[in-house]
Amino acid sequence: MSEQIVPHGPAAGTPSSGAAAGTRLDRWLGSYAQRTHGMRASEIRALFAVANRPEVVSLAGGMPFLDGLPLDTLSELAARVVTERGLQALQYGSGQGDERLREQILEVMRLQAIDAHPDDVVVTTGSQQALDLVTRVFVDPGDVVVAEAPSYVGALGVFRAYEAEVVHVPLDEHGLVPEALDETLTALAAAGRRVKLIYTIPNFHNPAGVSLSLERRPRVLEIAARHGVLVVEDDPYGLLGFEGEPRPAMRSLDDEGVLYLGSFSKTFAPGYRVGWVVAPHAVREKLVLASESAILCPSSASQIAISTYLATCDWRGQVKSYREMYRERRDATLDALAEHLPDSTWTVPDGGFYTWVRLPDGLDAKDMLPRAVTARVAYVPGTAFYFDGSGADHLRLSFCYPTPERIREGVRRLGAVVAAERELVELFGAGSGPHADRVESPGPDLV
Amino acid sequence: MTTSPRVAVLAGGLTHERDVSLRSGRRVAEALRTSGLEVSVHDIDADLIPALVALRPDVVWPIVHGPTGEDGAVSHVVELLGLRLVGSGPHEARVAWNKPVAKAVLERAGVHTPAYATLPHTLFRELGATSVLDAIVARLGLPLVVKPSRGGSALGVSWVTTADELPRAMVECFAYGDIALVERAVTGTEVAVSVVDLGDGPLALPAVEIVTDGPYDYDARYNAGRTEYFAPARLTPDEAAAVAGVALRVHHELGLSRLSRSDLILRPDGVVEFIEVNVAPGMTETSLLPQAAEAAGYELPALYRALVEASL
Ligand SMILES: Nc1ncnc2c1ncn2[C@@H]1O[C@H](COP(=O)(O)OP(=O)(O)O)[C@@H](O)[C@H]1O
Ligand SMILES: Cc1ncc(COP(=O)(O)O)c(C=O)c1O
Ligand SMILES: [Mg+2]
Repeated sequence: MSEQIVPHGPAAGTPSSGAAAGTRLDRWLGSYAQRTHGMRASEIRALFAVANRPEVVSLAGGMPFLDGLPLDTLSELAARVVTERGLQALQYGSGQGDERLREQILEVMRLQAIDAHPDDVVVTTGSQQALDLVTRVFVDPGDVVVAEAPSYVGALGVFRAYEAEVVHVPLDEHGLVPEALDETLTALAAAGRRVKLIYTIPNFHNPAGVSLSLERRPRVLEIAARHGVLVVEDDPYGLLGFEGEPRPAMRSLDDEGVLYLGSFSKTFAPGYRVGWVVAPHAVREKLVLASESAILCPSSASQIAISTYLATCDWRGQVKSYREMYRERRDATLDALAEHLPDSTWTVPDGGFYTWVRLPDGLDAKDMLPRAVTARVAYVPGTAFYFDGSGADHLRLSFCYPTPERIREGVRRLGAVVAAERELVELFGAGSGPHADRVESPGPDLV
Repeated sequence: MTTSPRVAVLAGGLTHERDVSLRSGRRVAEALRTSGLEVSVHDIDADLIPALVALRPDVVWPIVHGPTGEDGAVSHVVELLGLRLVGSGPHEARVAWNKPVAKAVLERAGVHTPAYATLPHTLFRELGATSVLDAIVARLGLPLVVKPSRGGSALGVSWVTTADELPRAMVECFAYGDIALVERAVTGTEVAVSVVDLGDGPLALPAVEIVTDGPYDYDARYNAGRTEYFAPARLTPDEAAAVAGVALRVHHELGLSRLSRSDLILRPDGVVEFIEVNVAPGMTETSLLPQAAEAAGYELPALYRALVEASL
C-alpha cells in the first residue's frame, strides 16, 4: 500500500522555464482548414447535457416519438431482409440508391402531387446528406444562400461548412414573404453578390412552425426564376399536417427550378438514415458523383429495410397515427402556452414538431437557458436558427417527444422561468444583445 | 496478496457542468483502470445509493462539478453510508465551493484576494438596482468580473469594462444562481496551482500558466488549441515558490484533503491574488490538474491510483 509513487522528472518536451511557446493541447492546430477555425466549444450545447435526464422536460430536441412503431412487425421485417435478401443488403449498392426504393419514393411523393421519374431521385443518408451534396455541388466560398429568418440550424451548419454567407429573408404566419425575397435578391444582385440557392422549408417550418401558403408558392417560384436562382425545397414534415390533405409541394409546380428534399426520418424512423433528393437530370448526375465521393453509396441494408416496410406495412396508417399523436402534443403545447406565458406570442403550427415563441421585450432566450435548465425544462434559444447569432428574443419549443402531460408540466415550468427572468430584466433595465455565432443546437441524440 | 481496491467514481449530476463532469469522470476512471484498479462510474441519480450499498466500494471519488458535487452534498451522503472518500470532506467542500465565503475566510488568514461585493438578487429589488450598481462601481472601480457566487467552467462569468455593461452581466449571472459575486478585475499572470496529498502531506504541483486571446471562458477551456498553456508556468523561482505557497495555504486554511486546485493571478508587483479554489477540479483532456501532474513527471494512472490508495 505504501508503494512509492515518484515523478519521473519533467515530462519529455516540457520547457524548463522561459520557453517561447507553451502547449496548445492540439498537435495539429496549424493543420486545420480555414473553415475549421470557426468551430467553438459552446456552453449552450453543454447545458443541453442534462436534457436527457428524466427530471428534465426537454422541449429542445427534435427526436421523433417512436414508441408507436410496431416493433414486432419491424423485427420480423429486419430478419426477413437478412434471410431473403442478405447478400444484397450487406453488399455495396448503387450510388444513386436502390431502384425499387426510388420507385416507392415516387409513390410517397405523389401524396404531395410530385410527378417525377425514378431516375430523378437520388437516395441519401438522411436529407441532411442531401443538403450537404447540394451545397457542395453549387456553393463556392463567399456565395450567398438565401434562407428564411429563422432557418433550420442543420442547414445553416452545412452552409457555414462550405463557407457560404446566409442572407435571411423574413417569414410571417403564411411563410416566406415573397416581396421581401424579391427585394433581397434585387439588393444582392445590385451589390454584385452571387446568390446560388434559396433554401426554404415550406411545410411546418423548423423552427418557425408556419407553412408557406398555397397562394405564395407560385409567387416564390416566379421570383426565384426571374432572378435565376435555384430553390431548395426541404420538406421532411410535409406529410405530418394536422388538418386536411398534404399540400402540393413546390416541386409539383416547377420541375426545373426546384430541388426537392425528402426524408423517412419523421414519417417513419430516423435511425435508418434514409432521405432523398429529386433533381433535374443534369444536376442529379452531379449529385450522384458527389455522393459517391462522399459515401460511395447509401446503406443497402437501410434502403432494403425501408423498401420492404413500404411494400408490406401500412405506412400510410403509420403516418396517420403520427399525425394524430403530434396533433395532440401540439394542442397540449398551445393550451399550456396560453395559460402560462401570458406576455409571449407564438406561432400556431398546423403540422410538424415545432412552435416558435417570441419572449416579452428585453428577454434573451440564451441568457435565460441556465435558469430554465435549473427549473428542469429545456428549449433551444432562437440564436441557433440565425446565421449571425441574432434571434435571442425567440425560442423554439419542440413538442414531438414528451407526452402531452409532460409538455404541460414543461411549459408550466417555462412560464415560471420567463416570469422570473422578466422581473430581473425589468429590475436591471437590460435588453438582450447580440451573441457570437456558434453551434448552439442540441446534438441529434437529444430528446 | 491483497486484492486491489475497488473505486466508485461519481460523475454527471443534474448540474450545468454535467457534460464536463462526465468527461472528467471518464478520464479518471480510464486512468484508474489502466493502473489496475476495479472502477465503476455512477451518475448522481436514484440508482446511486442502492448501487453503493450493494457494491460497498473501498473508496468513492466524487468528480461532480457544480452543486451537489462540489458543495459537498454528495460527499456527505457517501460518508453517511460509511464509505471513504477521495477528496475533501463535505463541510470543507461547502465552504471552499462558495466563492465569497472562501474569500472571506482566506482574507482573514492573510491571503490576498480581489476586492469584492456579494450581492443576492433580492438586494437589488430592495435597494434599487441603479443605486447598488453605482455604489459598486464607485467602490470597486472598473473593470469588474461578475460571476455566480457558486459555479464553474466560467459559466455565467462576465468581464465588464464599462458601467453600462454591468446590468446585462448581472442578468446573465443571476440566470445561474441567486447570488452574484462582483470582483475587481486584476491583471497579471493567470496560473492554476494544483495540490495533491499522497499521504505524506500536501504537495504543490508546478503552476500551469494560462494564456488566452480574451477571457478564459468556456470555449477557451474546452476548445483544444484555443488556449496556450505553460506547464510549468514561466515564473522566476521566487514567483513559483510564492504561488505554490498560496495554493498550499489555501488548501490548509480551508481544511481541504487529497486534492485541490487554486486559481490565482500573479500581479506584476509580485502579489498573488486568490481567485477561487476547486475541490473537484476538472480532469478532462484540456484540464489544468492533469497538465500540472504531467509537468511534474507523474503518469496520470499512477498518480490517481496513489490518491486512491492514500484515501483507503
Ligand atoms: N477578479 C478577477 N480578475 C481577473 N480575472 C478574473 C477574476 N475573477 C475571475 N477571473 C477570470 O475568470 C475566470 C473564471 O473565474 P473563476 O472564478 O475561476 O470561475 P470558475 O469557477 O468558473 O472557474 C478565471 O479563470 C479568470 O480568468
Ligand atoms: C428542416 C429539416 N431538414 C432536414 C432535417 C434532417 O433530417 P434527416 O437527415 O434525418 O432526413 C431535419 C431534421 O430535423 C429538418 O428539421
Ligand atoms: Mg476557475
